[in-house]
Amino acid sequence: MAKRTFSIGGIHPHDSKISRECAIRPLPLPPTVYISVAQHIGAPAKPIVAPGDKVKVGQPVAEPGGFVSAFIHSSVSGTVKSVGPRKDLAGNNQMTIEIAVEGDEWAEGIDTSDTLVTAIPEDNKAILEKIRLGGVVGLGGATFPTHVKLSPPPGSKCECLIINGCECEPYLTSDFRTLLEKGEQVVIGAAIIRQVLGNVRCVFGIEENKPEAIAHIREVIAKLGCEGMEVMSLKKRYPQGGEKQLIDAVMHRQVGSGALPISVGAVVQNVATSLAVYDAVQKNKPIVDNSITLTGECFPNQANVLVRVGTPLSFIIDQLGGMPADAVKVISGGPMMGKAIANLDAATLKGTSSLLFLRADQTVRGEASNCIRCGRCADACPMGLEPFLLNRLAKAGDMDKLEANAVQDCIECGCCLYSCPANIPLLDVIRMAKADVMKIMRARAAAKK
Amino acid sequence: MSKLIVSPSPHIHSAVSTRSLMTDVVIALLPAVLCSFIFYGWNQILLMFVSVATCVLLEWAITKYLMKKPSTIGDMSAVITGILLALNVPYTTPWWVIFIGAVFAIGVAKLSFGGLGQNIWNPAIAGRVFLLVSFPTYMTTWSAPKGLFGVDAVTGATPLGVIKEGLLQGSTVPELMGSFSYKDLLFANIGGSAGEVCALALLAGFVYLCIRKVIKPWITLSIFATVALTSLLFWGINPARFTDPLFNLLTGGLILGACFMATDYVTSPMSTWGGVIFGIGIGFLTMMIRYFGSYPEGVSFAILIMNSVVPLLNMWFKQKKYGRA
Ligand code: SF4
Ligand code: SF4
Repeated sequence: MAKRTFSIGGIHPHDSKISRECAIRPLPLPPTVYISVAQHIGAPAKPIVAPGDKVKVGQPVAEPGGFVSAFIHSSVSGTVKSVGPRKDLAGNNQMTIEIAVEGDEWAEGIDTSDTLVTAIPEDNKAILEKIRLGGVVGLGGATFPTHVKLSPPPGSKCECLIINGCECEPYLTSDFRTLLEKGEQVVIGAAIIRQVLGNVRCVFGIEENKPEAIAHIREVIAKLGCEGMEVMSLKKRYPQGGEKQLIDAVMHRQVGSGALPISVGAVVQNVATSLAVYDAVQKNKPIVDNSITLTGECFPNQANVLVRVGTPLSFIIDQLGGMPADAVKVISGGPMMGKAIANLDAATLKGTSSLLFLRADQTVRGEASNCIRCGRCADACPMGLEPFLLNRLAKAGDMDKLEANAVQDCIECGCCLYSCPANIPLLDVIRMAKADVMKIMRARAAAKK
Repeated sequence: MSKLIVSPSPHIHSAVSTRSLMTDVVIALLPAVLCSFIFYGWNQILLMFVSVATCVLLEWAITKYLMKKPSTIGDMSAVITGILLALNVPYTTPWWVIFIGAVFAIGVAKLSFGGLGQNIWNPAIAGRVFLLVSFPTYMTTWSAPKGLFGVDAVTGATPLGVIKEGLLQGSTVPELMGSFSYKDLLFANIGGSAGEVCALALLAGFVYLCIRKVIKPWITLSIFATVALTSLLFWGINPARFTDPLFNLLTGGLILGACFMATDYVTSPMSTWGGVIFGIGIGFLTMMIRYFGSYPEGVSFAILIMNSVVPLLNMWFKQKKYGRA
């Protein structure tokens, strides 16, 4: 059988997984951590500590600010120095808890040993509560609170849990390393999620350029005797790790416009999230650290490091030999969808998966010229849109036609802009048009109610 | 530390640019260009030079002095127009005729619409048809080619011209076909405009473009298939009146048109199915003009006509959107 992949569009950017052999290693603790209360989609968490308070590793420092929100924990032990606005990765001010590090004392009840806990608790309610208390959010990019995602709306039924191990963005290797080094934990985490969803089928979707990970996870599943679990080797193609694309690849089903994956019976969780679920449920360990890839051709010390949440980027970079002289751009995330960082004093978040350093010649865009109607953008678009048309409509400000041509379906994957030989900044324009159209759609929906 | 660049994603870009794509097309045309030099000699070389130089210089001058925009000649598209035009006229054409054709192609058919990407018609074909209408004598008179190395060719008129004339004078196709062999057609041993010769060199260029993913093969293949099927039908019904499929595939610049002019990005449909319909239209119109029209050769007209309906094809044939009916 031909290897599976998604059915529309997609591109093959250079793989550049130059840090794939770098095992994950812990970094020393920084002198101070800066923990933002807005590390997830939804309402920011509310701080529950004040300057002067002593905190331990894993102790909650902020509680959910709404239903779609998450706990935030201290990632270090020490003294709270301040609670106030501080600039985050993107340069925006966010409420941040500053903690001076003193030793490394963990909160009570957290199992910090390496012992693998295989027995899964039976009570699903208790599991969900542990996931909630552990501050677990989707670590594949969206940072949606996991306990919410695992409580499907009444009437919907999950048929398949997909564990997203695609890591289809160039350069990134932290999920790959996690699969290799923490395969058991990830598989047990997946087994827990599968149980919560009603013992559904569980598929690990891993791209074929990671054969070691595919083999290892198959072995682990066999060794642990997990039921209903399989590994699917997928063709390498970006953006396979996009939720909608992965569901198409694995289940041959497509999620309708504006609908949730559960509407076609799918729930997608990322590898790092599975690990976080394992930690939260089996070890009572909330998210206090995560693995981050440091990479890029100009970065001399390729690495996958385990760092505490809230570690300043500049500290991490200094630990690994400092800022490369010829880097002009540092990206949080991959080169296709990651965000360019404005400020290296900012601190890591739960969802930070990589720091990518690019030279000018790797990232500077060419000058835009006329559209030559080559259709490459449309061929590349995984949502089947016509970026050249959306671009033209956006320039004309034609909101009705933009909506009719589904600009709101754009997943901002960047395939169009990547492919355009005329260097037209398609996604820049489409992103803004999409925001405008969504605003109109929301207003209309609100007016109907 | 110097300031970091902050810009929206994506942060990387494929190596493919307008210039790299157009350069590939030029490379793909080189075998045919060489072939035309060898078979038609110095006059063909002169025509090629005048055509390309006129296209490039004119585009440079117009963008700089009239449109007051940065020059676009770096994208190589003017070079392609120049080459295609020179391959589209008989080698006996006087140099000033092709000069006028080039001026029309670039000045009127391309830049007056706003330049590459804005034009409705393929500039080279527009230039050729303009010449065909304005200077019919030069454009339809062929004489026996005397190649660069003195290679002798057998006939002095194009095969399609011979057939058309012959039929008018009451001969039948099989009688007329006696004057040339398929081997001659395939290896450029026939009269015609440069691009009508050396099918193999053109096909090699086409394969190169497909391998390099510069174009998709569907438009070209659907033209070939339609021409083959249409002529098979007519020839099957009346072989005395209608020419056979192979003959129609190999003559009249069909290969040049199908591989290099119908596949022009700007003037062909975006989607695969739009392209297939576009190709069927070109193939069918070509055969209708050849069999029933007053010109012996129909590819250029067929492409021009189908160019005009591309906006409609783009509207009708869209790719399926994800998750939508
Ligand atoms: S960014 Fe949007 S429009 Fe562009 S390819 Fe991706 S989904 Fe399509
Ligand atoms: S890829 Fe660029 S040049 Fe090609 S059709 Fe799309 S917008 Fe136009």
